[in-house]
Amino acid sequence: MSAVSSEPNRDYAALSRGDRVRTTIYSDPDLFETEMEKIFGRTWVWVAHTSEVPEKGSFKRSWVGTQPVIVSRDRKGELHVLVNRCRHRAATVCEHDSGRTSSFQCPYHGWGYALDGSLRGVPYSEGYGEGFDKSQFGLRRLKVATYAGMIFASFNEAVEPLEDFLGHARVWIDLFMKQGGGFPVKAAGEHRFSFPGNWKIQLENTTDAYHFPVVHKPFLQSLDAQTEEMFSFLGEDDGFVQDLGNGHSVMVMMPELIDLDADEGWQIPARFSALADQLRERYDEEQVRRIVKAVGGVGFNLNLFPNAACSLSFFRILRPVSATETHIRHIALGMEGGPPEANQMRLRLHEHFQGPMGFGSPDDAEVWERVQRGTAGGPDLDILVNRGEGLEKQGLHGLPRGDVSAETGMRAAYAMWERMMAQ
Amino acid sequence: MTGAEVMERPIEGDISLREAEEFIWREADILDRADYEAWLALWAPEGRYVIPLKPEATDFENTLNIVYDDAQMRRMRVERLSGGFAISATPAARTIRLASRFVTMEAGPGLIAVRSAMHLTEDKFDRQRVFVANVEHRLVRRDGALMIRDKVVRMINADGVLTSISYLF
Repeated sequence: MSAVSSEPNRDYAALSRGDRVRTTIYSDPDLFETEMEKIFGRTWVWVAHTSEVPEKGSFKRSWVGTQPVIVSRDRKGELHVLVNRCRHRAATVCEHDSGRTSSFQCPYHGWGYALDGSLRGVPYSEGYGEGFDKSQFGLRRLKVATYAGMIFASFNEAVEPLEDFLGHARVWIDLFMKQGGGFPVKAAGEHRFSFPGNWKIQLENTTDAYHFPVVHKPFLQSLDAQTEEMFSFLGEDDGFVQDLGNGHSVMVMMPELIDLDADEGWQIPARFSALADQLRERYDEEQVRRIVKAVGGVGFNLNLFPNAACSLSFFRILRPVSATETHIRHIALGMEGGPPEANQMRLRLHEHFQGPMGFGSPDDAEVWERVQRGTAGGPDLDILVNRGEGLEKQGLHGLPRGDVSAETGMRAAYAMWERMMAQ
Repeated sequence: MTGAEVMERPIEGDISLREAEEFIWREADILDRADYEAWLALWAPEGRYVIPLKPEATDFENTLNIVYDDAQMRRMRVERLSGGFAISATPAARTIRLASRFVTMEAGPGLIAVRSAMHLTEDKFDRQRVFVANVEHRLVRRDGALMIRDKVVRMINADGVLTSISYLF
């Protein structure tokens, strides 16, 4: 990873103090470099969903921190995550977003790599001395692990097992994947956009219910009354934010939609009645209810430190670019082999809120940019993440649990940030 | 209509290319002035306003789009942009768009389909951003006036990393 910070003994704990963080953490380029090394360089980072590399020979470009990687599936079906850089003179070996191939070839001098990254062909290899050992010059390979279809990679060979890292978040990931409605979950296209601000501003947003009725008023106004009521979860007692450890957190907005397989007492909402009628022509009532319930997505947002979020029926993946620029991917999720009308509705719901011209995302992007612009003022002032502190209860696993609008998730993330930065 | 069938001679129809060009310029002016009610009035009720996610997409219904609007979604979108509550449209970016390189794709009784190049500059927060797109208009004549039956905006970087956009193309 990048060079070690010029201040190796810097006291990172002083930058994050429980209910507040120093403003410079949104803008300091040296700090950003250290984050890339100590956080994105050492822990598990979400890189792709297995449905994006479905077959032998499939590949997909992604990033771990600021480093470009290729996620590939070799001829045996094994997954690999490889740094997208020829070992000879550093040219990228892949500039297609995704596809199928039998190998990766450097366009500069023709070095050829297998799907697992091993160096296979070197043109005019007699020009290297006898000591040249091709086995030493494969593409740099990251450690790879998957959980519930999500592929994570790490530069850290000694990283803890993925299941341990995800820890208490795993049960929520399992619940999230029930949105397949009995079908496998598949990535069904993604919106990408950038905003001129620090990556942690977006990280904070996933479990921030406090902003929802303010920033997303135009979205709420565009819904029918029944749906608007469903999204008006603030001020109700049953939602909550739970610290899940290791920087992960979950915000439950609609407790009745935690477990999509739980059907008791659930009524098909008016906005889905036409879809239900269509599905009844081919499915029994139990299946219809299961699929329809799944189409609306889960009733919680799950934040997986440091770069992935599971929300309603999509992944939100952040990619830090610089201290003051972040790219966001909103990956729509569908039902593999599921009813086309249900998948179409999924896509329309996604388009309604997400993406560069959705009814929600542009307003999120604007307030994130406003945060970045505002931090140019008052460098001695702190960013407050204190909402709900002191009102928290001991929740699951003995970790803090706040009301739905508490900033418990942000405090969880910053506690992990501090822990990793102090390594 | 397929983009590959570029005609070597003008296609004969009831609507001239010149008339379509003037309509498209007028629409661009309406959008730059953010006169969204006037924009809605340009549409045939059954029309679709689509901004696909892949520059070459054709099956809009079964793929993810940036925008896929029927009349109801267009109305809601206009309310979002005009209501004063959408933070990203309050204040709104200023835009100036240029439409040029008009090509007739299809023509028939009361119908013309035109592809044009659009260059849009946005100004906000002391910075300018540029969007470039191929725009396909399918125009029909209804009660003597031209209306938009379908509009497909194929941004050159539709599947790339965009920015938030709180106006219409």
